[in-house]
Amino acid sequence: MNRSVRWFTFAAPSRFYWLVGVLNPWFWTAAVALTIAGMYVGFFVAPTDATQGESYRIIFIHVPAAWMSMIIYLAMAFWAAVGWMFNARMASVLARALAPTGAMFTFLALWTGAFWGKPTWGTWWVWDARLTSELILLFLYLGYIALVASIDDMVRGDKAGALLAIVGAVNVPIIYFSVRWWNTLHQGATISMTAAPKMAHTMLTAMMLMTLAFWAYSFAVVFTRAQAMALERDHDAEWVRQLALGRKDSS
Amino acid sequence: MNWASLSDFLSMRGYGLYVWGSYGVAAALMLLEPWLALRRRHQALHAAANPNPEN
Repeated sequence: MNRSVRWFTFAAPSRFYWLVGVLNPWFWTAAVALTIAGMYVGFFVAPTDATQGESYRIIFIHVPAAWMSMIIYLAMAFWAAVGWMFNARMASVLARALAPTGAMFTFLALWTGAFWGKPTWGTWWVWDARLTSELILLFLYLGYIALVASIDDMVRGDKAGALLAIVGAVNVPIIYFSVRWWNTLHQGATISMTAAPKMAHTMLTAMMLMTLAFWAYSFAVVFTRAQAMALERDHDAEWVRQLALGRKDSS
Repeated sequence: MNWASLSDFLSMRGYGLYVWGSYGVAAALMLLEPWLALRRRHQALHAAANPNPEN
């Protein structure tokens, strides 16, 4: 009977806190190392683009940021739903902890897009399908953050946030497929599952390294925020008291 | 090697504003966010170690 994997072990805030303490040094290290490697390949190995000159180098942060903005939203909706369905507190904490990082990457995708659009399209912004749906994603994140922050009752806040996050998830496939469904100024997918990438190998390598760096960064920063939130929620609990007093003695 | 000189690199051959305007804001936000998260965890631990300091 006890042979079954104890999936819910790390659903306990105290064990989650401990696990993150073990994992996060690796995530921080990986984020820094991969960023250095990605920037090196991106600026010193990848050649100048034949049509866009050096401006194309924005792709190495633009595309990874845009990917993270969508992936983090889906992760946020998933954990919010798990928290709601199973009354799992750490799942709801994770959903809340993901939102600011997702909003940051969404803003970054829009910002770097504007700084890439200006030299290549001649405009910082157009109201086309890809850009508009990504802007809506930013508003969904900000709406989620404002909604959960405005409800004092934690559990009610988690549930209201979950509803918003789940309904808003319909926007993610709209963003992804917008370049196919509508005529848009934005270029099509650089990478797809069905065709060879439309870019040089070194360019692709730099973009993949930066994507992995952003993944590692996201894990590290979201887990740190989730730790802080777990401490805040359980501030009277014995494990938090022990942890806080242990820290105090050792410092 | 793509760059003939440091100024060549810094100017991005005319695209300096756009490239560094993108990377600069990305770097600023991705340093600020971890700092805020670590500070929040530190404050939560501090609050737990010193409950009700005014009582």
